[in-house]
Amino acid sequence: MKAPAENRGQVLELGAENPLVLDSGKRLSPFTIAYMTYGTLNAARSNAVLICHALSGDQFVASTHPVTGKPGWWSYAVGPGKPIDTNRFYVICANVVGGCMGTTGPGEIDPATGEPYGLGFPIVTVGDMVRAQAMLLDALGIEQLLCALGGSMGGMQVLQWAASYPDRVYSAMPIATAARHSAQNIAFHEVGRQAIMADPDWKAGDYALAGVKPSKGLAVARMAAHITYLSEAALQRKFGRELHDRNALSFGFDADFQIESYLRHQGMTFVDRFDANSYLYITRAMDYFDLAGDYGGVLAEAFRGTKTRFCLVSFTSDWLFPTSENKRIAHALNAAGANVSFVEIVSDRGHDAFLLEEPELFDTMRGFLGAAASVKGIA
Amino acid sequence: MNRADRIIAASSLRPDLAAIAEMIPPDARVLDIGCGDGSLLEYLVRAKNVDGRGLELSQQNVNHCVARGLSVVQGDADTDLSEYPSGVFDIVILSQTIQATRRPSHVLHELLRIGKRTIVSFPNFGHWRIRLSLLVAGRMPVTKTLGHVWHDTPNIHLCTINDFLVLAHETGAHIEQALALIDNQRTRKMDPAAWGPNLMAEGAIFMLAKA
Repeated sequence: MKAPAENRGQVLELGAENPLVLDSGKRLSPFTIAYMTYGTLNAARSNAVLICHALSGDQFVASTHPVTGKPGWWSYAVGPGKPIDTNRFYVICANVVGGCMGTTGPGEIDPATGEPYGLGFPIVTVGDMVRAQAMLLDALGIEQLLCALGGSMGGMQVLQWAASYPDRVYSAMPIATAARHSAQNIAFHEVGRQAIMADPDWKAGDYALAGVKPSKGLAVARMAAHITYLSEAALQRKFGRELHDRNALSFGFDADFQIESYLRHQGMTFVDRFDANSYLYITRAMDYFDLAGDYGGVLAEAFRGTKTRFCLVSFTSDWLFPTSENKRIAHALNAAGANVSFVEIVSDRGHDAFLLEEPELFDTMRGFLGAAASVKGIA
Repeated sequence: MNRADRIIAASSLRPDLAAIAEMIPPDARVLDIGCGDGSLLEYLVRAKNVDGRGLELSQQNVNHCVARGLSVVQGDADTDLSEYPSGVFDIVILSQTIQATRRPSHVLHELLRIGKRTIVSFPNFGHWRIRLSLLVAGRMPVTKTLGHVWHDTPNIHLCTINDFLVLAHETGAHIEQALALIDNQRTRKMDPAAWGPNLMAEGAIFMLAKA
């Protein structure tokens, strides 16, 4: 899985002297973090914006993906003159710990054995991802972020940032997220993991040594997950019962329906750019996420005394990270006396809406980032 | 923003909102409940440098406010005030909204709990035009200030200035300031206990604190 460094953006080795101490108690020392930056850090070092990516995302937020050749996953939102304006802000996006795009993860070589970690890689948490990002910021000489923002698992990291490092996050924009993974969310992830582990090519996680990939299992995991990213209404509008490349049912198990062909395509293309073990580890990190759990079960306690400005965003048709979960965070922030905005955007595109061109999301970003920038005197 | 800009910005506010803005000291921590499109809040943040937050029922208005750079959450004054800690705001504003709440008494209790001071404004149902309209036409009044017909109105708990005084007394609120809104154009200090304002004022603005 290890790819040439030039395809992974900028790469730093961290933690040689001060290890990354994981929530599990294990340590990564040293570890590699791969990241991209856009724009220019100002002299006051006050215009840094951290974008946290979701489960299947990576650091290529606004640049062509080195494997797929597709535009960055948030290129609608990030760039010169765009809502996250790289003419004004210094944008950083790093591959998470446990990932497979250059940051240390289960596909990387374990220095202790000289072989890929596989399941020997320690379990990582959202807290660990954020701790690693904080070490990156230390290395880049950035004391405080103007804003941390991200959707889905990216939003979980933003919440964790605000809870763990309140003084380092001037403003935070968690989008389409939750302060805990629900039973339903864990259930879908478990289906995905079981699909990967049921693939004979998974080989108990040691597929790299055998020179194979559990592509079928990972594709099924992606197909199941992809359904959760879309709304029922959007699926019906986009595909209905339309047939795929045929005029009649085949009376067999080919992809008769367009939705089947679409999902198969989503599964097949995903395996080219994502590592199956990384999928196991990152879904686990999301399952373990329960911010209130670290604060005696009271979410407001995670934000007690915070000076961070928050803006929460949800989408009406998102049933994976529904408005109710986002509102729960808003209530906790209110209870903590925090400065909070909450915007619910009408969209029928489900959880995926946060990655798409949603003018109301972009207006919100501009307004929220613009207000933060003007208070901080950023031109 | 220079002084001239501030004056222009203040005069662009509706007269009752401008009067409320006058009552608020610079740098205060303010919660505007039912902040609508955020006009008052934006003025307070820009011209008075307040730490301003809003709570607004309409999601469309909330989105508009946030795009303007204001801190506003979607919520309902009837149900969502309980989540705010006590005494966190210097001033809590409830402008032209109390008559649309389901439980005005509960809402007023919560306002007095959350804010060190509370500003409440409402249309005066005791205004002579409303009294006359009911007397002459024998139908629920529809006026410029209260333009809804009885079966399709958000204003489910209209009151007169005298009614509000009773509620304020029962809630244990001390009245620090009272303004009458005249012709919907200007405000002037009033003695709320006198009979005049309840007949002549189209609306009232009270600054309250826990007695």
